Amino acid sequence: MTEILTEKVVAEENWDLEIRPQNSLFNLHLRDVWQYRDLLLLLVRRDFVAFYKQTIFGPLWFFIQPIFTTIIFTFVFGRMAGISTEGVPPPLFYLTGTVAWNYFSECLTKTSTVFRDNASIFGKVYFPRLIMPLSIVISNLVKFSVQFLLFLLMLAWYKVDGLILNTNYYILLFPVIILLMAMQGLGWGLIVTALTTKYRDLAFLVAFGVQLIMYATPVIYPLSSVPEKHRYLIELNPLTGLIETFRHGFLGTGQFYGQAFGYSIIMSVIVFIAGLIIFNKVEKNFVDTV
Amino acid sequence: MPVAIKAENISKAYQLGEFSTGTLSQDIERAWYRFRGKEDPFLKIGETNDRTMKGESNIVWSLRDINFEINQGDAVGIIGRNGAGKSTLLKLLSRVTTPTTGSIKVRGRIASLLEVGTGFHPELTGRENIFLNGAILGMRKHEIKKRFDEIVDFAGVERYLDTPVKRYSSGMYVRLAFAVAAHLESEILVVDEVLAVGDAEFQSKCLGKMGDVSKGEGRTVLFVSHNMASIQQLCNKGILLLNGKLVDSGDTESIIKHYLKLSANNSLITQNNIEIDENTVLEEFKLTENIRQFEKIEFVLKISSNLAGNVKDLKLVLESEFGERVCVVDLRGEYVENRNEHGAVIVIKGRLVNVPLLPGMYSAGIYIETTLLKRDIMPLGVFEILNENQFGEQYSRKLTGHISINLEV
Repeated sequence: MTEILTEKVVAEENWDLEIRPQNSLFNLHLRDVWQYRDLLLLLVRRDFVAFYKQTIFGPLWFFIQPIFTTIIFTFVFGRMAGISTEGVPPPLFYLTGTVAWNYFSECLTKTSTVFRDNASIFGKVYFPRLIMPLSIVISNLVKFSVQFLLFLLMLAWYKVDGLILNTNYYILLFPVIILLMAMQGLGWGLIVTALTTKYRDLAFLVAFGVQLIMYATPVIYPLSSVPEKHRYLIELNPLTGLIETFRHGFLGTGQFYGQAFGYSIIMSVIVFIAGLIIFNKVEKNFVDTV
Repeated sequence: MPVAIKAENISKAYQLGEFSTGTLSQDIERAWYRFRGKEDPFLKIGETNDRTMKGESNIVWSLRDINFEINQGDAVGIIGRNGAGKSTLLKLLSRVTTPTTGSIKVRGRIASLLEVGTGFHPELTGRENIFLNGAILGMRKHEIKKRFDEIVDFAGVERYLDTPVKRYSSGMYVRLAFAVAAHLESEILVVDEVLAVGDAEFQSKCLGKMGDVSKGEGRTVLFVSHNMASIQQLCNKGILLLNGKLVDSGDTESIIKHYLKLSANNSLITQNNIEIDENTVLEEFKLTENIRQFEKIEFVLKISSNLAGNVKDLKLVLESEFGERVCVVDLRGEYVENRNEHGAVIVIKGRLVNVPLLPGMYSAGIYIETTLLKRDIMPLGVFEILNENQFGEQYSRKLTGHISINLEV
């Protein structure tokens, strides 16, 4: 039945918004995201305030996790397994890897549950969904900065102690490496979260998969210690080039693997764009399936 | 008045039942159909959304071919029974999900209030939550700052501004949440039944605020509620939905009337046989439809029971259009007791004389108490007290209240 509420007004056709079934796959609503930039910052702030409310140590907790991880790695992999750290003191070697790896893995695991964690908000109000995963990446960036500070402190302490490191110009790639890790963490996370709205199984896979992938990435061992025969397997991991370059720049370990780094760049871009598109497609109707 | 919202042929399909099993194979099948350019086999055309009937496919159309236009500054009430598609319509308008077909064109910003306090974080203080919630609802930080004092004032929680909201009473929580939403700077406000919380004073404050929003500030309001009184108070237009279809639209009064008639017709009277409990059946109920004030209402009531003495109590109940109980007519006495033998049929043909109800729509039903249960069966029928007195004179305006009493001096 088509009945019109009031006398029809011949309106000029300048609508502000049109709600349609299927927008273009590539329309990512980036202008909307920009409109909501205040929300992005408030969410980042919320993550922090909520994290240390009612704790005694507050932000100090950000230090505690990498310190303990490093101690255990030093003990297990350094002392017991005796894996090479290319002449660098094991704690410094492991802390470098841990801090960098943590940033990627936290971005990935947190974004991979974005739809599930925020189903109640997403079901009630519209804002560009991309804001949520972006806020996670930025929150983690702040957390990473704090942990990175810890790393710099340790580095300085070793230097004062008389340790000679081969720090070199590749250190300048540091911001690029962080950006690429954020892109990959976000990209993979978006793909997983989009698929988990229908297939919950993936959430379980990610939970322990991330831990396994750490061992397939040169975090606790240098790439040079991998037997030639199997090295290509580790090099297929798009994170290998990033972690190796990160450590090479700061500690001067190993060498710059140009091919692996180039491969990482290409993969990061592909994963990032694929993640955005898949997320964008699922975002519109996920409320119906979640 | 320019058009603020224009909906063209919008439909929304939902999949019923379990998702998990067979999802992957179904998805592949659907993708294969689409790939060959055929119609999606799971979107069977023609199923309507009647939750009482068993459908054939597990796709249901929650909304079907809805068309309407809403002018700027209108306050529109969306009316319908549970499952009529009201909430789905609001979800589409607030962009939480997208329509399966059709399009909605909108002029201006939409702010939706499907729930109060969306995104409130219990650990954050009231002040922090005002900013966070405002931003979630689409406000910029400087806009919130500008209206911050107004919001706090409206909510009346100044003393608790720097306390985490998890320590708030639920009333305070809701006040704060509504205050943020009410001060949004958007041209269109979409509101679901969120006013069911808070005390009476705050509820009327909210309604007043929403009235200001549409009348004073010229903003468009869409409002869903089961409370006809607040719809009447707030809205000047109405949209009536039934099983996912738009059946009527127009001014509030006529839409509410239509809705009440519909809900009576739909409620079992057409079947005539309503099971009261396992031993008792209401076989027939009839009522005079339109009368003037102080005239009589005739009714017929037929109840059969296969147990002796089964019916303990029986009353005729009249309710106002807003669901308030207006009067009760006790039907016990010889009708019930004498004819309540084994397998007996109770037939009451009665007249209510000198009905003192004021003009308006009323619904009638019964209250029955058997050996097994007590229940209201409402509404069985709807009648109207016409807007004129017993001498045929029209009242100049609608009177509020329900009863008028004759005076002798």
